[in-house]
Amino acid sequence: MSKSVRFLIPLIIFGALVILLVIGLGKDPSKVPSPLIGKHVPVFSLPELTDPSRSVSNEDLKGQISLVNVWASWCGSCRQEHQALMALSKETDFQVVGLNWKDAAQDALAVLRMTGNPYAMVGYDPDNKVGLHWGVYGAPETFVVDQAGIIRYKHIGPIDRKVWEETLQPLVAQLKAEGA
Amino acid sequence: MIPELGHLALIFALILATAQAAMPLAGSLTGHRPWMTMARPLAYGQFVFVAIAFVALVEAFLTSDFSVLYVAQNSNSLLPGIYKVSAVWGGHEGSLLLWALMMAGWGAAVAAFSRNLPLPVVARVISVMGMVAIGFLLFMLLTSNPFERLFPVPPEGRDLNPLLQDFGLAIHPPMLYMGYVGFSVAFAFAIAALIGGKLDAAWARWSRPWTTVAWVFLTIGIALGSWWAYYELGWGGWWFWDPVENASLMPWLVGTALIHSLAVTEKRAAFKSWTVLLAISAFSLSLLGTFLVRSGVLTSVHAFATDPERGLFILIFLCIVIGGSLALYAWRAPEVSEGGRFDLLSRESALLLNNLLFVAFTVLVLFGTLAPLIYEAFNLGKISVGFPWFNKMFLALAPFLALLLGIGPATRWKSDQPWRLTKLLWLAFALSIGVLVLTSMSAVSGDDLWVPIGIALAAWLLFSHLTIVRDRLKHKQQGWRQAMVADFSGNGRSFYGMVVAHLGVAMFIVGVTMVSNHQIEKDLRMSPGDSHEMAGYRFEFLGAQKVNGPNYRADQGHFLVYRGERQIAELFPEKRSYLGGGMPMTEAAIDAGFFRDVYVSLGEAVGGGDWALRLYYKPYVRWIWLGAALMALGGAIAVSDRRYRTARARSTAPAGAVGAKA
Repeated sequence: MSKSVRFLIPLIIFGALVILLVIGLGKDPSKVPSPLIGKHVPVFSLPELTDPSRSVSNEDLKGQISLVNVWASWCGSCRQEHQALMALSKETDFQVVGLNWKDAAQDALAVLRMTGNPYAMVGYDPDNKVGLHWGVYGAPETFVVDQAGIIRYKHIGPIDRKVWEETLQPLVAQLKAEGA
Repeated sequence: MIPELGHLALIFALILATAQAAMPLAGSLTGHRPWMTMARPLAYGQFVFVAIAFVALVEAFLTSDFSVLYVAQNSNSLLPGIYKVSAVWGGHEGSLLLWALMMAGWGAAVAAFSRNLPLPVVARVISVMGMVAIGFLLFMLLTSNPFERLFPVPPEGRDLNPLLQDFGLAIHPPMLYMGYVGFSVAFAFAIAALIGGKLDAAWARWSRPWTTVAWVFLTIGIALGSWWAYYELGWGGWWFWDPVENASLMPWLVGTALIHSLAVTEKRAAFKSWTVLLAISAFSLSLLGTFLVRSGVLTSVHAFATDPERGLFILIFLCIVIGGSLALYAWRAPEVSEGGRFDLLSRESALLLNNLLFVAFTVLVLFGTLAPLIYEAFNLGKISVGFPWFNKMFLALAPFLALLLGIGPATRWKSDQPWRLTKLLWLAFALSIGVLVLTSMSAVSGDDLWVPIGIALAAWLLFSHLTIVRDRLKHKQQGWRQAMVADFSGNGRSFYGMVVAHLGVAMFIVGVTMVSNHQIEKDLRMSPGDSHEMAGYRFEFLGAQKVNGPNYRADQGHFLVYRGERQIAELFPEKRSYLGGGMPMTEAAIDAGFFRDVYVSLGEAVGGGDWALRLYYKPYVRWIWLGAALMALGGAIAVSDRRYRTARARSTAPAGAVGAKA
């Protein structure tokens, strides 16, 4: 009997995997309801990537709408969305704030020098200290933070034209209307 | 009209696949011969109809028939001809059709090259392949019909994703799918054996060449993908641990374990149930990869348009195929005898360790890929996996694998003596230690310990395999060269295939080590006329100009590269904007060499004719893909072994005689 149980192990593991996938399927990964949505951004303070004498903190996310973009130089999808961020950085309704995550400063700076810097400021978080509190589990991710510093939305994956036009832009417009 | 014919052909293919799944299997269980003999014609028939559908879709692309929704979404009348063909598999529906075509193709190949197998085995194998084909054909017809019409007909198509307009990427998916789908043959053989209750050495011998061929395709496919990422993404990286890359790596890892485990089962009749489990796993991971990519469960650079309905379909399909086969395994495998005892020090033990390392790595990659899902399911919170995590895991396992790889092929089956191995390998080992010491003292190492370790491991593989070849030939009377030629044209192909593939691993290690630790990259702002010196090369920027391609506009930089006073290359990196819209694309310009690449990639125009740009010096980067090519070549050589050729020769015997044997 014990011998035949051994051969059931693969099936059991697969069953667990299926349960995981069913749960995953029920949720659109780019619309994961982060537990932080509707809450104030976690208190944090990080050195600014391009100018370590300055700092970036939760106070910087108050007073205007912010897109907080989690990125890293090693992340392929981040490069894909970089052009979109460059375009967004020219808009005035909101600021784009970077969270440079699990990265080396020199690599990250190289990316910004090379492809342009879309960020009003970039918090440097090489050890995932702040990312942990924000519930970051991959890059790229983008949080929409309203004027009061409350997280309103989290987008997982790169921002492209479709995501912007269909999801983020309407949300920003709505937040702007609320604030006005 | 032609698209409707294509659609109809798919429906016919589905009907034939259903018959193919049911009749031969029923025949093999009841001993009804005429039903079993239907296996081959049904497999051919299914292939013909899927091929008709495929040709119909190619035709729609070539004629830019934008009344077909899929064509309108993935093509454009300005698209160059070759990319009109490759655009067929540029999106979800078409790549599924390509997958189905290959599935049917492998089925037809099994039907054609299995004349020497007992009829019930052939019937079961083809039947299992029919079952899998049903899944894919149904999936296409129910959720992803590539022939769906669009009304009103748009005047112009939306264009193929510019990332995919590239030769490397045009052939990358077909190679990859050949590998994925090829594992369905090993899977079908395993399931057929479980159904028949006869798991023996013959079963392993039959599935071995098929598995190796599939593995060769998968190896080439992954290497092409990596090469493409290197030159097309404009970033000089060659592997990103992206979920889709991982989805192709996992079947490769398990497939590699499988081809080694099959050797044990064939030669020593050991590991039988383990080998079956690997065969099931390799194909299951191919399917799981498809699910992860298509369902939108994970986001990725590669993700196709995601659709929960499709995800649900694939999940149900996964449950039936994988769950069903694992249940069959749990039911039948306990009856399998675990024949072939072996000592602690033996070829079997070495291969077992190989299998454990490969499976451990697969589990880690699977975990890393699914970590976001696990996190989500349990709200665990503090899990985040990224590129650095995977690299760490790889570095933790790879050195042990390389060490073992130098010893394994030298060991004897069943039982070996420590002193014999020591006597055989001490020189190779001492030489590698020498290499370790030399490289750690020389400038090659820099301040990182990984460089000498990597180089020494590669040297270890080279020396130990030279030793093993010499040991094999030492009793031959002729000179070593004639002996090797005679051996190669005799029974030695699978041996030399193994040596070549293992030397490919050594080459790969050198490439990875050197490029990871010694590449130089510089971000610069250059004005026309500026020069910059890096790694002994001088880059002169002559300026940038606008150029027009067939379906894009580009800024093209012009660089001269000098080594000393001699001009060695002229490079034209581009930044393209495709007329179909979307993000601008970077086309890096690369001067490739055996020992180094120099690479220029254009960034942003910063005004006044100045450009931000990136220069790279990439030592030994080609060795990564050449290593993979050697591995694939090794696999190809092994498949050409005489044993398989004689099997084919026998297959030309009259069909009646073979049938009588069965």
